[in-house]
Amino acid sequence: MATQSLDRPEPRRRSALIYVLPALAFVIIAAALGWGLTRNSQVLPSALLDKPAPEFSLPPIPGRDDHGFSRADLGGEPMVVNVWASWCVPCRAEHPLITRLAEEEGFKVHGINYKDRPEDALAWLQELGDPYTYIGSDQDGRAGIEWGVYGVPETFVIDSRGVIVFKQVGQLTPRVLEEKILPLLRRLREESS
Amino acid sequence: MALSRVLLGLLAVLMWAVAAEAGVKPDEVLDDPVLEARARALGQQLRCLVCQNQSIDDSDAPLAADIRRLVREQLLAGKSDQEIKDYLVARFGEFILLKPPFTPRTWILWFGPFVVFALGGLLVYVYLRRSRERDLDAADGESLSPEELEKLARLLGEEGAARGQPQAGSS
Repeated sequence: MATQSLDRPEPRRRSALIYVLPALAFVIIAAALGWGLTRNSQVLPSALLDKPAPEFSLPPIPGRDDHGFSRADLGGEPMVVNVWASWCVPCRAEHPLITRLAEEEGFKVHGINYKDRPEDALAWLQELGDPYTYIGSDQDGRAGIEWGVYGVPETFVIDSRGVIVFKQVGQLTPRVLEEKILPLLRRLREESS
Repeated sequence: MALSRVLLGLLAVLMWAVAAEAGVKPDEVLDDPVLEARARALGQQLRCLVCQNQSIDDSDAPLAADIRRLVREQLLAGKSDQEIKDYLVARFGEFILLKPPFTPRTWILWFGPFVVFALGGLLVYVYLRRSRERDLDAADGESLSPEELEKLARLLGEEGAARGQPQAGSS
C-alpha cells in the first residue's frame, strides 16, 4: 500500500493516547460520581428563590394575640419567615437563633405554625419564648404548599419588595446564620433605608 | 410441604394488605371515576418530596396526602393536568416531576446514554477496522523485504522436505 510507510510511526503515538484516555475518562467519571454522591439530595434547589412570596392568608393561633399572618404583612423592610411546629425537634434546636435574629439583631421574624395543635404551639412558645411578630396557624398545610415547604423547619429571607431571596431547608445553624442570613439581612437593610 | 404453601399464601396476603395500606386512602377518592382516573395518573407522575423515590400515590407521608388532596381539588375546579403540574413545579421545582421534562437543561440526561453508546460503538468500529487493516498488511506479500521472502521460502522449503520423514530427535 502506498500509505503504509506514512502509517508506520503512528502506532507509537496512539499507544500513549491509549493509556491517557482511560485515565482521563476515569477522572471525569469519578468526579461526576463524587459530586453526585457527596451532595445532599435532601436539599432541593428552591423554585421560589428570587420570586415574590406567594399569596396566602392564615388565621392566628387561637389564644395568641395577633391578627394572623398573610402576604400583606410582607415587604417594606427585610424580614424572616420561619416555618415551625411544636412537634418538630430541629425547630426547638434552632429556636435560640431565631430569637437572636429578632431580639438582638432587630429583624422582624414571622412564623408559620405548620400542622400543629394550637395548645401545643402556645405551650411551646410559653416554654421557649416568643420572638415572632406575627404567626399564622397553618392547620392543613395549604400555606405550606404555597411556600413549597416539604420539611420543617424552613426559613426564608424576604426583602423589602416582598421577594424571597434566601431559603434554608432544615435546621438553622450558627454558621448559616453568621455567614449567609445575617450578612444578607444587613445588606438588605442598608439598601432599603 | 403443605405447611410451607400455607405460610407462603399467608405472606402473600399480608404483603397485599401492606401494599393496599400505603398511598391513596379511600376517603380521598373522588366520586367521578373519570376525574379519579386522572388524579391517579397524575399521582403516579408526581414525586413525594419527603420520601423522594416514591410517587405521591404510593407514599404515606402527610405531605403526599396533602398534594393528593390538592390535585383532586384542582381537578374538581376544572384545571387541566398540565396546569396542575405547572402549579406544583412553580412551588416545589421540577424535581416534583418523576419524569424529568425535556428541556435544554436536561439534554445531557436524555441524550447522555445514547452519546456514550455511540462513542463506544465508534471505538469498537475503529478498533476492528484497524486490526483488520493490520491483518491485511501482514498478509500482504509486499510488506516483507526480499531477504525476508527468501528466508520464508527457505523455511517453507525445509518444512516441505522434512514432511513425510519421521521426527527423529533434534537436529
